[in-house]
Amino acid sequence: MIAPDAVPYLPRGVRLHRDHVRDRWVLLAPERTISLDVIGHAIITELDGSSGFAQIVDRLAAKYDAPADQIAGDVQQFLGQLAERRFLEVRA
Amino acid sequence: MKVPAPLAMLAELTHRCPLSCPYCSNPVELAARSGELTTEEWISTFKQAADLGVLQLHLSGGEPATRRDLTELVKGARDAGLYTNLITSGIGLTEKRMHELDAAGLDHIQLSLQGTDAEMADRIGGYRGGYERKMQVAGWIKEIGFPLTLNAVLHRQNLHQLPRALEMAVEMGARRIEVAIVQFYGWAMLNRNVLMPTREQAKEAERIVAKAREDLKGTLVIDFVPADYHSDYPKRCMGGWGTTGLNIAPDGQVLPCHAAQTIKHLKFENVRDKPLADIWYQSDAFNTYRGTDFLPEPCQSCDRKKIDFGGCRCQALAVAGDASATDPVCVKSPFNDKMRALAEDFSADEAAEITYRTAAG
Ligand code: SF4
Ligand code: SF4
Repeated sequence: MIAPDAVPYLPRGVRLHRDHVRDRWVLLAPERTISLDVIGHAIITELDGSSGFAQIVDRLAAKYDAPADQIAGDVQQFLGQLAERRFLEVRA
Repeated sequence: MKVPAPLAMLAELTHRCPLSCPYCSNPVELAARSGELTTEEWISTFKQAADLGVLQLHLSGGEPATRRDLTELVKGARDAGLYTNLITSGIGLTEKRMHELDAAGLDHIQLSLQGTDAEMADRIGGYRGGYERKMQVAGWIKEIGFPLTLNAVLHRQNLHQLPRALEMAVEMGARRIEVAIVQFYGWAMLNRNVLMPTREQAKEAERIVAKAREDLKGTLVIDFVPADYHSDYPKRCMGGWGTTGLNIAPDGQVLPCHAAQTIKHLKFENVRDKPLADIWYQSDAFNTYRGTDFLPEPCQSCDRKKIDFGGCRCQALAVAGDASATDPVCVKSPFNDKMRALAEDFSADEAAEITYRTAAG
């Protein structure tokens, strides 16, 4: 679980990339390419290296006009999977 | 079948290498330095690859650091928009050069490990002092902060070192380790009797990897390439022939996989003569084994054919004598008994001596 004030960020070697040939956003990581849907892309672009988890959730909730606790669950799951595969770091 | 665009490209910048690993996947007939693509030719190939849909570029060899223009090539690849991974033994990299690679935008380093101590590593790599140098390079990688994958190639001589290799990956700060049990292509074919793991070793490695995946969850990601002579089903080689990736040989030949040159009836096109896109979509070498239509029984009526595409063409040729045959690793192959017998015999050959890879001219 990522704590509300912990800061999730993409470590060096993981970066967002526009795949023009396939008309999509991807996350490029060592030996892996992760295709991002609209929501995944929205979450990744919120990772600015200084915002805490709760802040990110609030911004997404406002942007998509959805309840924060529902968004929190989705973001937690999405980022949790990235962290487990070491595509994401979290600063306490 | 609609042909998808490739995602990954392996650029074998050179076949030259200071090491002489007996399992080197380079072909036994090595390409000479004089025939290597120039800096401009490589960079043009990177651009074409990116336009074609390639996202990930692996700079490999031989030892890519033997190319003096490595930094320029990395920069060219990054400018083309490619995720750039350097696959290296570390030999030939100095601290200064690594800072230059950093400035050029290198995304990731994959460092090969021949053994977990100098005695083993230098014996397998056939290069004295290589291990010590590699450890120095690992230190610089950590200092500069390059994301690192440790690439441990394991076989009968060093499989007992797997637990230590996992520890070393963590100590080096690697996020990932590739635990690859040696695959038999190129020079490894000449050394099957030295390298073939025993069935027990292969099983033990699977247990160690499964346990380490649990213990190191969130710390170290472990990719595992099992011992395929001891497996029941073949691997999906290259993600499927002509579907996911391509290789460029040092002289510019475009290959569907690094061992494809062993299939003598295939004719390979060269980036010096034709646009990369034409070669990918239209050349015979890519089209001959694309999809599953060419496969014989038992594959044709097998429900795994979309999973493994009948396995590896080069292995089918090497063991079954026919490149379109079912990979003999498969329990359903008529040659599977032969494969198993080979594995047994090779793994029991205790008097076997290493045939080192020779130097590229
Ligand atoms: S496998 Fe060994 S000999 Fe072959 S290129 Fe790699 S380091 Fe060099
Ligand atoms: S029969 Fe062919 S398709 Fe089926 S598992 Fe074996 S190799 Fe794969």
